[in-house]
Amino acid sequence: MNFALKFFLVSALAILLGACATDTRDVPAEPEPQPQEPSEPSEPVEVDRVNPVDFADSRNLDNPESTLSQREIYFEFDRSDVRAEYLPIIRAHAQYLKANPSARMLLEGHADERGSREYNLGLGERRGNSVLDLMQAEGASASQIEVVSYGEERPVCRQSSESCWERNRRVEIVYTAR
Amino acid sequence: MFSKEKLISYLATTAISLWLAASGPASAQLQIEIVDGVEGALPVAVVPFDFGNAEMQPETSMHEVIAADLQRSGLFDPLPVSDMIDRPTRPPEISFGTWRLLEVDYVAMGRWIPGSDGVSGEIEYHLVAVNSGRTLFSRAIAAGPGAFRLRAHQIADAIYEELAGAPGAFASRIAYVRVAGAGTEDEQFELIVADSDGHNPQTVVRHSQPIMSPAWGPEGRRLAYVTFATGRSNIVIQDIFTGQREIVSESRGINGAPAFSPDGRMLAMSLSRSGNSEIWVRTLESGRMERLTDHWAIDTEPAWSRDGRRIFFTSDRAGRPQIYQVRRDGTGIERVTNEGAYNSRVSVDPYSGLLAMVHGGQANFRIAVLDRESGRLRVLSPGRMDESPSFAPNGRMVLYAAREGERGVLAAVSVDGRFRQRLVLADGDVREPAWSPLIQ
Repeated sequence: MNFALKFFLVSALAILLGACATDTRDVPAEPEPQPQEPSEPSEPVEVDRVNPVDFADSRNLDNPESTLSQREIYFEFDRSDVRAEYLPIIRAHAQYLKANPSARMLLEGHADERGSREYNLGLGERRGNSVLDLMQAEGASASQIEVVSYGEERPVCRQSSESCWERNRRVEIVYTAR
Repeated sequence: MFSKEKLISYLATTAISLWLAASGPASAQLQIEIVDGVEGALPVAVVPFDFGNAEMQPETSMHEVIAADLQRSGLFDPLPVSDMIDRPTRPPEISFGTWRLLEVDYVAMGRWIPGSDGVSGEIEYHLVAVNSGRTLFSRAIAAGPGAFRLRAHQIADAIYEELAGAPGAFASRIAYVRVAGAGTEDEQFELIVADSDGHNPQTVVRHSQPIMSPAWGPEGRRLAYVTFATGRSNIVIQDIFTGQREIVSESRGINGAPAFSPDGRMLAMSLSRSGNSEIWVRTLESGRMERLTDHWAIDTEPAWSRDGRRIFFTSDRAGRPQIYQVRRDGTGIERVTNEGAYNSRVSVDPYSGLLAMVHGGQANFRIAVLDRESGRLRVLSPGRMDESPSFAPNGRMVLYAAREGERGVLAAVSVDGRFRQRLVLADGDVREPAWSPLIQ
């Protein structure tokens, strides 16, 4: 592929994605293809480049360089307090909700398989509520957020090992409206 | 074979429920294997029941069902039919000498007595003690197409009660959740009801979203369970014979852990509609709701005491999950368990009031039984991830869920911990067993 054609395609894709991002707010299921980073810093595409720390910009929800693309918060066994390392993620999403009042979020709480199922359902909800409280403290409105617990019923990893359990003890941030 | 119409009219007239109004037979049956046997099981013989040349032949081999039941209890060691020298059908036909030579202590036998229509009739059955020569009982029970298996379980219960001194629990069912295709796009959750021996599994409900926490009504025909069919947890009560369903709780947050009161008129639940999980009681007829707990902790897994005056539940109000009790009016909250870092998910023994629970810590979760009178806690299961204990209606066995690698199996253990069996499905994952009351 010659350079001119490549340049044209990248620009066209970027414009297309820009248009998509504003028109498809309600379709969160399919992750959009990532805008390609131009290899040369002087490319005019940069005019349309997403600022990864602009947490009001919905394009950052799918931008791997932005904290907004991070949607999982992990917990210790039988604990529901949020570790400090996850606060930036919560702040970013809280800012997004604040800037986008029509956005709606589901906080899906999960637990690992240890212990009884109904207790774990409670634990998943408590984890979701911990994240909800922090989102509210960061200025998001409770009316934009719903907590749903799946307890241990929806693991992402199925071996009985600590490395697996720690991936299952989580809250997943799911946008039902962007 | 009989026509379907004839069968239905037979069932209607005799009021024997053939089977569930369900979405059809489940794909695979639980296979029961005995893991730890008991030394000194009683040697018994169950002679093939005599159906002669009767037009009516049972759809099931009654003596095999009876012998398998007795063996599964861990208390009996049935003699193989191939070792039997003669086949008496009534006590006068017994030659005691041969049974003594075979070292059999008790002989059970029976025969079919057809009624005038040739379809229904009676099974006459007897139990004889070989050493004394005494007939311990001679009884008859009505039967007909579709009912022989249940009658066989009931005869096994009669033998068990006579020889073990406590009611049997073979004429009962188990409900459990099966997960097929776990972790794949096609993951399916099924609530299944089968006979206590795993026979005749029937799917009560199937969904791609989780199904949890089946609980029996005291009459053995209603099942309460949690479904995520809407993406949120809801509590449903379903009649397993008519298939009729009713959503009894769909409030904001968790709707979980249903438990019928002993009189069947109320349902205890764990709901988080007030902000976090609390124990609630719903009066089913009026819909009246009462909240029994009010605490920031997780309060869940309610289980009624036998007299219905108290409710046991799991709470982490002291930091980690422990068992508490509360009076039916919400007063008198009291901690029940003190031994161990983690105790949850009580099942109350309907016979003597023992409490079975998940007992553990960081590494192991096992089934333990607490005798509140002596304060003694006995660990019954050897697993690392054992959960969901459920007492047999006679209190002699506890059914529970265990993990083997990445799949779930069911297991049952006697309350003295001496006898254990596995209930394994050829494929798929099984969990959350609930043992029904006796079928009358």
